[in-house]
Amino acid sequence: MSLRTQEPSAGRRSWLRDHSELGVCGLLLALGVLVLTDALTMDVDLTQRGPVGPRTVPLAVGGGLLVIAVLLAVDVLRGGRGRAEGGEDVDLTEPADWRTVTLLAGIFLGAAVLIEPAGFPVAGALLFWGAAFALGSRRLDRDPLIAAVLSLVTYGVFDQLLGVPLPGGPLMGVL
Amino acid sequence: MNALDSLLHGFGTALTPLNLLWAALGVLLGTAIGVLPGIGPAMAVALLLPVTYGLDPVAAFIMFAGIYYGAMFGGSTTSILLNTPGESAAVVAAMEGNPMAKAGRGAQALAAAAIGHFAGGLIGTILLVALAPAVADLAVDIGAPDYFALMVLAFIAVTSVLGSSRVRGLASLLIGLAIGLVGLDQMTGQQRLTFGFLQLADGVDVVIVAVGLFAIGEALWVAAHLRRGAAEPIPVGRPWLGREDVRRTWKAWLRGPFIGFPFGAIPAGGAEIPTFLSYVMEKRLSKHPREWGKGAIEGVAGPESAASASAAGTLVSMLTLGLPTTAVAAVMLAAFQQYGIQPGPLLFEREPDLVWGLIASLFVGMVLLLALNLPLAPLWARLLRIPRPYLYAGILFFAAVGAYAVGGEVVDLVILLVIGLVGFGMRRYGLPVLPAVIGVILGPAAEQQLRRALQISDGSVTGLVDTPFSITVYAVIALLLTWPLLGRLVRRNR
Repeated sequence: MSLRTQEPSAGRRSWLRDHSELGVCGLLLALGVLVLTDALTMDVDLTQRGPVGPRTVPLAVGGGLLVIAVLLAVDVLRGGRGRAEGGEDVDLTEPADWRTVTLLAGIFLGAAVLIEPAGFPVAGALLFWGAAFALGSRRLDRDPLIAAVLSLVTYGVFDQLLGVPLPGGPLMGVL
Repeated sequence: MNALDSLLHGFGTALTPLNLLWAALGVLLGTAIGVLPGIGPAMAVALLLPVTYGLDPVAAFIMFAGIYYGAMFGGSTTSILLNTPGESAAVVAAMEGNPMAKAGRGAQALAAAAIGHFAGGLIGTILLVALAPAVADLAVDIGAPDYFALMVLAFIAVTSVLGSSRVRGLASLLIGLAIGLVGLDQMTGQQRLTFGFLQLADGVDVVIVAVGLFAIGEALWVAAHLRRGAAEPIPVGRPWLGREDVRRTWKAWLRGPFIGFPFGAIPAGGAEIPTFLSYVMEKRLSKHPREWGKGAIEGVAGPESAASASAAGTLVSMLTLGLPTTAVAAVMLAAFQQYGIQPGPLLFEREPDLVWGLIASLFVGMVLLLALNLPLAPLWARLLRIPRPYLYAGILFFAAVGAYAVGGEVVDLVILLVIGLVGFGMRRYGLPVLPAVIGVILGPAAEQQLRRALQISDGSVTGLVDTPFSITVYAVIALLLTWPLLGRLVRRNR
């Protein structure tokens, strides 16, 4: 990208990239409007008990969100930046790897869809294996085995020991 | 019954074979979690919240407290051997501990840290026994306005003391409060922010919010920036201390807790500030000033002792006032809510078995931790070699289990992912996660107390400030809010 000659839109694009935090302000603003509309369209005549009804706090929170969205926008335009969080396994010098994140979110959603028809042991194993694969593990001999054992043991502990029911699915019906 | 009798009674609870087992499991998990990169104690307790559906409260809290203390022990191992502290409490341990490990004195650094944690935890917990009943007595007849004032204090403290940006802290708090609004209004049954979905009528479960923000958000964030080729830990033998080391460290072990404990009890960020203060103090008092920065053992001993004592201080505020001062305390408060128990001054009267069993189990846990950590440190250090894909895949896996266990609903998993993506965005743009979690946990309770207080005073706002207790709390809040201004004035006058 940097090799390309400067187009008129390039300056604008890099300005937007530098100020992507304004998107956070937009989201806060949207959330504030959402909370406020919900509170204002609430039908409270019959249910009001005591001096403070169910609307007061949502109105305060919604209003607060609008104010904070504006304050944050001012801070960003003045050059303030939220510092990205560091960590033991976090390398902030590299650009964000969106492929892995999208893949992980997709795998998670897939497991959520599968959990009822296929049962927890199968969906859980696929979730673990898929996530490990997305994160760069390529041990085809070891990964599925670990995933299957982890999923079965967890199913057993929760379903049998802790008394938290998880769907067994057709596989558990056969075993 | 005085505190000592209650404590003895508590040992009766803590020393039953089953509760000993939970304490042992807690400290084992805690140490592992402290050593493992990427998992903090808050995430660990959040991931374990689903066990509250199957366990009785005493057992669950004994385990959670074991995790909290254990993670403090384990966290310093990572700092010393890898120089990449995961928990903010362990940052200081890396400053002197890692140079020691590089110079071949890793065993001594680990021993100084482990004994420091033991001493700090022990002294801190003794202070907890001495002070907590007194605080609970002082606050025993507080009412709705006082509870509301305390919760406002928690909101203000968590947004304005922690983190670098107040605006971002407040934004995070408001996101949390907005999530907390979802569901039926507790007093009138009015639907709020449910958009007609039946599944949202019960609100978004605190477990899902905590797991989403702490676990899914963290896993996705690390996945986006995963360090290729993780650093190799420095190999180390069994921890031990020579006579000269002990002579240099024992005072530091004893001084640390008196810095750590008070900072843990106030909402000032847990162990981060006191460990640093202890480091600075030990440096000033040291007879070997030249060694600092190259591996001075006092610089490991003091801060680590302060860190564990701050965990005990945190429990004082949480148990006596229901005021969470750290992320772990916030998640433990969520666990209390799962059981329908309200932490606060009445907890010591209503649930003496739970409170004193928990406190006694802290002493038990500390002994177990020392026994686990001194001889087994090299074994724990091997956990650092775990392949990162397995680690983060495992976090996603257990997060899914936990969220599904809440109600057996697929829609909860989708909400979990959405909240996880919110957590991801918050990490990217430097919005602290803790205020949002506190907002979700305390928001609904704060609203109820506010409305109750105003109902009593018949709508008059003076009803919120008509007790000495609430006035004191609001004075503290005012001080917190004006602190940066005052600081600026003082600096200008100098």
